[in-house]
Amino acid sequence: MSAPPTTASRATRAIGGLSLAGLALLLGYALWWSPPDVVQKDSVRIMYVHVPTAIVAFSACAITTLASGMWLRRRSEGWWVLGGASAEVGLLFTGACLVTGSIWGRPTWGTYWDWDPRITSTTLLFILLVGFLALRRVDNESGIAAQRGMRAAIVGLLLFPNVVIVHYSVDWWRSLHQPATITRLDPTIEGEMLFTLMLGIVVFALVFAWLLVHRFRLGWLEERVRATGLDAAIVERRAEADLAGRAR
Amino acid sequence: MFRDAGLVAGKDLRIELRSQVTMQQVLPFAVLVLILFGIALDPDRGFLGRASAGLFWVTVLFCALLAIQRAFTIEAADGGRDALRLSGLDPAGIFLGKAAAIAVQLLAVEAVLAAGVVLMYGTEVTGVPLLVATIAAATTGLAAAGTLYGVLAAGLRVRETLLPILLLPVLSPVLIGATKAFEAALGGVAADGWPWLGLLVTFALLYLTFGTLAFGTLLEES
Amino acid sequence: MEPAVQLRGAVTLLGRFPALAGIDLDVAAGEIVLFRGPNGAGKTTLLRLCAGLLPLARGEGRVLGHDLADRRQARALRARVGLLGHATGLYDELTVADNVRFWGRAAGADADDVAAALAGCGLDGRLRDVPVAALSAGQRRRTSLACLVARRPELWLLDEPHAGLDHDGRELLDDLVRRAVASGATVLVASHDLERAEALAHRVVTLVGGTTAPASPPAAGSVGPEEVALVP
Repeated sequence: MSAPPTTASRATRAIGGLSLAGLALLLGYALWWSPPDVVQKDSVRIMYVHVPTAIVAFSACAITTLASGMWLRRRSEGWWVLGGASAEVGLLFTGACLVTGSIWGRPTWGTYWDWDPRITSTTLLFILLVGFLALRRVDNESGIAAQRGMRAAIVGLLLFPNVVIVHYSVDWWRSLHQPATITRLDPTIEGEMLFTLMLGIVVFALVFAWLLVHRFRLGWLEERVRATGLDAAIVERRAEADLAGRAR
Repeated sequence: MFRDAGLVAGKDLRIELRSQVTMQQVLPFAVLVLILFGIALDPDRGFLGRASAGLFWVTVLFCALLAIQRAFTIEAADGGRDALRLSGLDPAGIFLGKAAAIAVQLLAVEAVLAAGVVLMYGTEVTGVPLLVATIAAATTGLAAAGTLYGVLAAGLRVRETLLPILLLPVLSPVLIGATKAFEAALGGVAADGWPWLGLLVTFALLYLTFGTLAFGTLLEES
Repeated sequence: MEPAVQLRGAVTLLGRFPALAGIDLDVAAGEIVLFRGPNGAGKTTLLRLCAGLLPLARGEGRVLGHDLADRRQARALRARVGLLGHATGLYDELTVADNVRFWGRAAGADADDVAAALAGCGLDGRLRDVPVAALSAGQRRRTSLACLVARRPELWLLDEPHAGLDHDGRELLDDLVRRAVASGATVLVASHDLERAEALAHRVVTLVGGTTAPASPPAAGSVGPEEVALVP
């Protein structure tokens, strides 16, 4: 099979184009056309980036857990690659979520870190993802996709449940002291603010999809390279016998 | 399954009896951490007494990491993992046996830590039933999750650095729940603490179940 | 009667490396087969494959009626075999008796089997209650052997069993092997100690480069174990 020169395709160009257009539209709405919040004034605008990244990060974990579970049942390469790709892109979005949350916190609480339950549990999520990816790297040593990666798959399977448990534990813990001041979807949010938020979610989902497809294809190609290596290795190994035979 | 668990737990505890690693290394470490907290947090300001629940459980978490590493170092010596796979033991039994042995060792450490906290931080002991229940549930959860992630990290060369980063975020709900329950018991309003106990019990059951199911497959990776 | 071991084109990987690159093998029940070959030929890997410890990457394999490609069957196979490998598989902190008792009971042996195993390997005297850490390499080998004997396996897989054993130990091992075969077990031995092993074995197979090598024809009139030409 000849290797394609790029992981792009008509589909990804379509998604990519849509995402760019969406981002432009979102910027417009986020920065100009939507009104400032009554209490938070203009600093609320970062919510239009922060909330979508949080939702995407959670979804990425869910996808990783699903992919790990499917890999455990079917052992096909695609699921393995998907689990890793989703975690990596998810890590990116989790980082973005933390940074934007921290930036939002500054004008809202006066400080960059306030033990807000969402930020705290998102930080733990970040570390969970880092650990998962570190384990995957170590686990990538063996030759056949069906054999390796059991450890990473189990951790991946537990990823989303862990995220949920940690999220609710931290929420419960901090709710005794303060309600979540950011990322709780204010029920009174409406009109253009609500629209911008929804737009943000859709656009970031598109960006996530675009990144995921590319990362998935990249991973898939890596697997192909591995597989062709095996046949060559078998031939080389048996050649030892010929050498030994000739030596005798 | 339970017969095998008993066999494995007995073997692990017998090894501990002979090698005395928990007694002579982990326990002193625990006391040392208590003292370090005391040094760092100025004993005269009254922080220690108020923070004793949290400090206790953070120390327990660190000791749990040591106990779990130790439990799998025993098996790592000279082909132990292969021998376990060949042994004919039910993997679920191995999981429960190892978790039980870790739990017993942790309970010993916690007993000494509790005495240490009362002595050094001046904590007043109230709400004993809640305290005992919390210790039981939290220790079970720690041992179960720890054994699962422990076997996962066991075969890896990087296990000393990878295990904490994998395990500690997972254990954060236990830390939250146990600390809250302890605070409720020690602060006098025990009724507040029982919901947290619910969290701990759920966590423990979750990991006991999952570990029993997944341990066999994890043992296969070498 | 069904062969104890049957492999067709078996390929097994260690990491990404094909340690076994296509092996064909037939071993009848009750046979003692010696595997020889240069270092790195795949002898240890072959024994571990037959123990059900390694998965088959390609090809087919049946050991004691268990299909090696089916992981569940491979796991069930393990309780019926005994592997004496390079590693001891012993707990250093526990005594000889503790180890044999644990590994024996894990495989379902009772107290009598354990006692018989200890006696059979010459370990029921002073050495019984010595921690394994204090033993010499040869004594540890004997202890591992006792753990194997206590399991009473149907298939013995011995990897360089004579290495590290003194003369008495080697005689003991040969004796145990013959007795096991007499009661129906099959034995696969990988060894460099050709003189002793060839005397013990019914036949010899040479491994090179992860596969069985074609053997040179035996000299006319020579006496000794039959050398089999297995062409991959």
